[in-house]
Amino acid sequence: MSDKPIIHIENAIKNFGEVHALRGVNLDIAQGEVVLIIGPSGSGKSTLLRSVNRLETLSSGEILINDNSVTAADSDIRKIREEVGMVFQSFNLFPHLTAIENITMAPLTVKKITKKEAYENGLKLLARVGLSDKENAYPSQLSGGQQQRVAIARALAMNPEVILFDEPTSALDPEMIKEVLDVMLDLAKEGMTMIVVSHEMGFAKAAADRVIFMDEGNIIEEGTPESIFSSPKEERTIRFLEHIL
Amino acid sequence: MAEIKNSRIEVSDGALVPDQGEKSVFSAWRISFFGAIALLIILPLVNPDPYRSILLFIPDGIFKTFQVTVLSIIFALIIGLFTGLGRISRITIINRISTIYVEVVRGIPLLVQLFYIYYALGKVVQLPRLTSAVIAMSFCYGAYLGEIFRAGLQAIPKGQMEAALALGLSRSQAIRKIILPQTFKIIMPPVGNEFIALLKDSSLVSILAVADLLRRGREFASTSFQYFETYTIVALVYLVITLFLSKLVALMEKRMQQHER
Repeated sequence: MSDKPIIHIENAIKNFGEVHALRGVNLDIAQGEVVLIIGPSGSGKSTLLRSVNRLETLSSGEILINDNSVTAADSDIRKIREEVGMVFQSFNLFPHLTAIENITMAPLTVKKITKKEAYENGLKLLARVGLSDKENAYPSQLSGGQQQRVAIARALAMNPEVILFDEPTSALDPEMIKEVLDVMLDLAKEGMTMIVVSHEMGFAKAAADRVIFMDEGNIIEEGTPESIFSSPKEERTIRFLEHIL
Repeated sequence: MAEIKNSRIEVSDGALVPDQGEKSVFSAWRISFFGAIALLIILPLVNPDPYRSILLFIPDGIFKTFQVTVLSIIFALIIGLFTGLGRISRITIINRISTIYVEVVRGIPLLVQLFYIYYALGKVVQLPRLTSAVIAMSFCYGAYLGEIFRAGLQAIPKGQMEAALALGLSRSQAIRKIILPQTFKIIMPPVGNEFIALLKDSSLVSILAVADLLRRGREFASTSFQYFETYTIVALVYLVITLFLSKLVALMEKRMQQHER
């Protein structure tokens, strides 16, 4: 890990009308770090994640990725989004495209690489998420766990420096959660920088460098998985953990 | 995709879409369709004069009716696509223009639009009859199709656009590669219904002396004075065509529902 953060979030504030989703969040994330964000619904954790690639625009504050501003009005957000992969709770695979087409679509459209290169890379990624035999399957023919693994492969196809995971296992049946977490675990081991909004304690203990607890638009407490889960200091963290453990 | 399934587009008018639940041999569709065909066969056999002559006289008109309908639907689809995109555009001026277009065109009867383009604008530029007819029909149905496109575009879950943007696509790339292909698929049945409605409305162009099916019938009737016989045949031919097309639309709808599984 280098000293310079890959993601720098400074005083991030986001208001939806009267609702204050983020009330001045500061957060630095280092290269190769795996950060888990936990918190009750409405705590602003998804909003924070979605602000990193500007699916949500901050009301004020600044986010830098590799010193490039995400939040400045004149920033080349498409260039930055190429560096930042995202995996969604509801997978959001493109239903009219096959697994391999889902994966190769962005490299072909955005990076303009050759079809052959995109296809070969796509096959490698499918193998990496354990779905080599599903190359020509449409999303509707895949299970939830398989769809989410294709979605991870789709994000990887752009060679991102960071991947954002927005509750990647919340929409999955229990028996499919592990196959997705295993893929994420491999990524973490390979040194991918990851921000994960999730309550998966097992994943946190196995892979997270840091756990962040958010409530009401603020970071309340952060620390290693052991310190947060075993000896939380803040009252609100303790109450929240009692609910989910 | 549960979200797409729930977002069936409402169809207000147009064709008699056969009821899927009705499976009996004597379904309303079968009685009307085969009844009409039977009459078209039996009448000329029993009474060759004038029915046979009428049937020989009107095929040119059927061809013309299809010509007007197909040309109009093609232009209407193009207009409708841009209108639908305009209706969901975040650029206020584009949004406003497309909304005004839809409101104005839907508020004026098609017959009045036909008169307007041929006779009123004819004072400025006199266009050929067929061209005027196609322009009027395209403009009118462009507005209706625009609303179908809008509903179809809005029926695509928000996550699709977000996923495309997150991968680094521009909004227009996302619309072209991700949103529109899915939209085309779900709007096919309502567009099919509009096609049938347009085919029926194309009988209005006979007022501009475009020699469509109705006009050919009128020509025959006005020389032979056999109004009852002529218009019976004209009505039966329209009925057979629209019933046939509505069956096609219903089959398309059924196949789509199976695909969603």
